Amino acid sequence: MERHQDYVMRTVEERGVRLVRLWFTDVLGQLKSFAISPAELENALEEGMSFDGSSIDGFSRVQESDVLAVPDPNTFELLPWADPKAPEARVFCDIANLDGSPFDGDPRYVLRRNLDRARERQFSFYVAPDLEFFYFAPGAKGQAPVPLDEGSFFDLTTNDVSGSLRKQTIRALETLGIPVEYSFHEDSPSQHEIDLTHTDALTMADSVMTFRLVVKEVAASEGVHATFMPKPLEGVQGSGMHTHVSLFRGEENAFFDPEDPYNLSIVAKRFMAGLLHHAAEITAITNQTVNSYKRLVPGFEAPIHISWARNNRSGLVRVPIAKRGHANATRLEYRSPDPACNPYLAFALMLAAGLKGIEEGYDLPPEAEANLFELTDEELAKLGIDQLPQSLSDALRVMERSELVVDTLGEHIFEWFLRNKRSEWRSYKTQVTPFEYDRYLRSL
Amino acid sequence: MMEPIVVFPDPPLPELARTLDLGGYAWKAAPSADVAARLEPANGWAGAIVVADGDPEAAWAFCRAVRKRDMPVAPLMLLMSGAQLADLELRDDLFDDFCLNPFHPRELEARLRHQFWRVGGGARPDLVEYGPLSLNLETYQATIAGRPLDLTYMEYELLKFLAQHPGKVFTREMLLSRVWGYEYYGGARTVDVHVRRLRAKLGEEHAALISTVRSVGYRFGQSRWGG
Repeated sequence: MERHQDYVMRTVEERGVRLVRLWFTDVLGQLKSFAISPAELENALEEGMSFDGSSIDGFSRVQESDVLAVPDPNTFELLPWADPKAPEARVFCDIANLDGSPFDGDPRYVLRRNLDRARERQFSFYVAPDLEFFYFAPGAKGQAPVPLDEGSFFDLTTNDVSGSLRKQTIRALETLGIPVEYSFHEDSPSQHEIDLTHTDALTMADSVMTFRLVVKEVAASEGVHATFMPKPLEGVQGSGMHTHVSLFRGEENAFFDPEDPYNLSIVAKRFMAGLLHHAAEITAITNQTVNSYKRLVPGFEAPIHISWARNNRSGLVRVPIAKRGHANATRLEYRSPDPACNPYLAFALMLAAGLKGIEEGYDLPPEAEANLFELTDEELAKLGIDQLPQSLSDALRVMERSELVVDTLGEHIFEWFLRNKRSEWRSYKTQVTPFEYDRYLRSL
Repeated sequence: MMEPIVVFPDPPLPELARTLDLGGYAWKAAPSADVAARLEPANGWAGAIVVADGDPEAAWAFCRAVRKRDMPVAPLMLLMSGAQLADLELRDDLFDDFCLNPFHPRELEARLRHQFWRVGGGARPDLVEYGPLSLNLETYQATIAGRPLDLTYMEYELLKFLAQHPGKVFTREMLLSRVWGYEYYGGARTVDVHVRRLRAKLGEEHAALISTVRSVGYRFGQSRWGG
């Protein structure tokens, strides 16, 4: 047995762990889990645990459906919310076919494969997402949500409740080894933002999965519902997952160039050009729900236009100004993703788009300094600035033709995702909405 | 604290250095038997590891020198290539055990453990302690002021390595090669990320156990000069 497996076995024994939860992620980015007893752990570490994949979204195949969950011992952690008298641990798993080869439907494998491509060029890919979410009073299914800040649901002042929830959340994240950079109450009622400290993309994708669970668990323990739905309330800002990205070569930030007026290296510029060039193609993955496109509208600081700028928050890519002497903080902020995405697939595609820009030597279009929301369509056309897809249906149509996306995700996930999301769009389209009654019922 | 093992040659094989560090062994490298004699601790070396497939003649000379003394160094572990097996003949007195190189870290560790058990000593301390921090190398458990720390495997290995070398400054590259090896997605920045996580888990009160040495790397505990 390898040393890190030994570490897991000894820790389970010493700490009296009763249950080990095996975590993995389906194609839509939902966390899946099954629990095993310590007695089964050794076998799981050595050979993996087989289970029926056909019950998991995006795992099913026609012929045979059994797959293996193979724990990644480096991700073994005790769960802070478990009963201290019956400790529990979690470990993320890679999914393999019964012969041990990586399973094509596993999003974690998609990200690994793309990180390997980056590593062949000596790059490590670092990401830091800013995750936004809302706290609501629990309501009935299908009902509009009630923000805590307005609700008379609590006896305490609502600021105390949501503030204390956020504090508890951060404490749980830190014990799980997920450091938090900042956290604050966002603009909208009941909306909060927690920014994670940058780390390699695989660890970060695992962290985002853990993060979403921690936020929901902590809220639920106080009878509150936390949601990562991209646009839960009409008329106020939605929830984004602005993602700060950078490439490192060894200890050097490959995006930094002290000679450049923007302090951006040619690598950074081409990476950004790649992100912009392929932005429309990867939008179905970074913004994967019908609701995602209700966030990407003018007037709420969400990006609409495929452009970049330093200080202008209307652009799709922002270049945050790193403080002097902080060369390693040089990064790009990709602003369209929302926190309901599958982080493994989203990070893999951002990386692939950027690397494509580097490989093909794409030219970076000029910075868009104006507030793009104030420009007319003609003015935008003159500047050569396109828009992101306007709906899930538009986004799927662009994705479907993208070689970059099929190469990055692999055929299995690419095809399953398109099929699944087209059907989501179809069931949405058959709805007759209150908007239509309001607008048409009397007048037509 | 147990006496260190002497390792020949100097600089040692990186993989050997890493295996010894991970196994919690104290060790020093020596380029020759003379230097080994000069560096020898008052209670003698706890053992020796000789890598023989680089310069076999020098390696045998080293073995002979440390074994043919009033107090022979034992146990002596040889690392050699398969092609050298014939050289073992008539040299039984020069070594206690051997392992083929390139070696499997688990095999080498098992053999070392066995040898030290036989001679009743051991260069491997089971407990590393520094101030409020305590690491049990046998059970992989760490506690701070009596409170158990929930660490991932790599966090544990990094903390152990640092705690075994208090006061010493390490660059990120050194930590990466000694603790991780090179197979990691994060590259050199990984070290920063793990230090950040370790500090968070140690808690505010103890986070300062690991200090950042500007534009160099990291140091555990107090500087040797009290800084």
